[in-house]
Amino acid sequence: MTGRPIAGRWGLPLAVIAALAAAQFVLPDYHHTNMARIMVLAVFAIGYNIAFGYAGLLSLGHAMFFAAGLYGAGMTAHFLDFSAPAAFLVGGLCGLLLALLAGAIALRTSGVAFLIVTLMFAQAVFLTILYFNEFTRGDEGFVLAEQIRQLSFGDSVLSLTDPDVRYNAALLLFALCYILSIALLRSPIGRVLVAVRENEQRTQMLGYNTFGYRLFALTLSGALSGLSGAAYALLFAYVGATFASTQYSILPLLWVLLGGVGTTLGPLIGTLLMFYLVDFSSDVTSSYLIVVGVILVVLVIAFPKGIIGTLREKWRRA
Amino acid sequence: MTLLETQGLSRNFGGLQAVRAVDLSVSAGEIRAIIGPNGAGKTTLVSVISGRIRPSAGRIVFKGQDITALRSWQRANRGIVYTFQITSLFQNLTCRENVALAIQRKKMTGIGRRLHLDERRMAGEIEAALARVGLLDEIDRTAANLPYGHQRLLEVAMGLALSPELLIMDEPTQGLSNSEIAGFCQFTREIASEVTVLLIEHNMPVVMELADRITVIENGAILAEGTPEEVRANADVQRAYLGA
Repeated sequence: MTGRPIAGRWGLPLAVIAALAAAQFVLPDYHHTNMARIMVLAVFAIGYNIAFGYAGLLSLGHAMFFAAGLYGAGMTAHFLDFSAPAAFLVGGLCGLLLALLAGAIALRTSGVAFLIVTLMFAQAVFLTILYFNEFTRGDEGFVLAEQIRQLSFGDSVLSLTDPDVRYNAALLLFALCYILSIALLRSPIGRVLVAVRENEQRTQMLGYNTFGYRLFALTLSGALSGLSGAAYALLFAYVGATFASTQYSILPLLWVLLGGVGTTLGPLIGTLLMFYLVDFSSDVTSSYLIVVGVILVVLVIAFPKGIIGTLREKWRRA
Repeated sequence: MTLLETQGLSRNFGGLQAVRAVDLSVSAGEIRAIIGPNGAGKTTLVSVISGRIRPSAGRIVFKGQDITALRSWQRANRGIVYTFQITSLFQNLTCRENVALAIQRKKMTGIGRRLHLDERRMAGEIEAALARVGLLDEIDRTAANLPYGHQRLLEVAMGLALSPELLIMDEPTQGLSNSEIAGFCQFTREIASEVTVLLIEHNMPVVMELADRITVIENGAILAEGTPEEVRANADVQRAYLGA
């Protein structure tokens, strides 16, 4: 946190963003689409990491924030003819408000109780989506029409169905959220969030309103998860209840654990690795989840603090 | 001038009366020691004063204002700072980060200063705070890797960095070596010129050397109070301590 030169402090993040920007020119079509998807999902992971990695809030309900963004954007675009940017912002706002509301209640608990309460909240949201089947199309979901998925700047129109536009929209969103997450961790607030994670009572005795800081972390986390969901709906055209299921609460936890809890690059690395783990193993066998499970166990043993976390520790010791 | 006053302060844990109807008055600028046998309720009393534990009955007045209803973090912001009996540092963070958390508290006003503080100035203040307790050389060491005595000193540095008006120190010399205790006494006398100290202490030579006044607690209630000489001569105190 001392006065390292700007190049040293932002060198790695800028290199990562530049590498992602360059990758679009060399990746084959299939991986090009995958990478766009991974960057959008990595924003979800970044959001999760702010709550779990920074502030120590172990939630099992983050699917509800992702789904709030997905449906917030999808339904306003589909039913109310919102433009893509407006729908995107509505999605983020839905994630934010839901997190604020859920947090105001769930943050009265901590630890295992918090985990259970968030799980229950997410389950309620999932069932609510199924209940309003008429609008949400429940399990089968709905597809966003092509004419909704475009950005217009004056006369020129960019279609989000175009792979290049999609890739760069995903990259822009990822880059902004990635930089935000780094700046947050380096800010005075970030330091307090880490303190809350490490020892909440001590933080209180230093004069910090820890409830407020935990609520802030969860709300920001929900907002980023919502933006990720909204981008997913607009870029990949599908809105469905699967994204509100428990699986999508566990996935961001896995991504973050795999990449490195509380590290800034961990969410991207974890999401990328997990995505391709599933992708490759499902090519090889139909019972691919067994393969994924075994590899995850091995990775967790080899990298107990996540890939980035463990590498960083070895680097420091060297 | 009275800085802190408790009126009929009590705290029960189930059937146990850990603190009973304590009327304590601490003047600004003094070093007040609280002594008493193990389990007398000393830590519970200061925990209630600092807001870590809610009182069952009674009032707490600080600088003329009733603070009984305030939460611990609000009391810390008013100037009541507690340093822990069992060290309760951020074990995984460095000395620098531990002290930074204390220093930045008062600076974080408004949105801008929550997002950004002048790092060079922060670094200077962090170094000054650590130098004051003699821990400057340990600045980048993780708190958990410090020797016990240094952890206690870090705890005190964090307390002072909050610029308190009332510094509550709960058994600060426990686990320190003799030379560390001598250094601690000198240091406490130095800081006493700017801050009122409430000291819970078992080490009698330290108490006799530092305290302006001593309050003796037994079974949750005040047994005696006075200057070190008065307390030393008090028959009740001798009975409580020696069981005579």
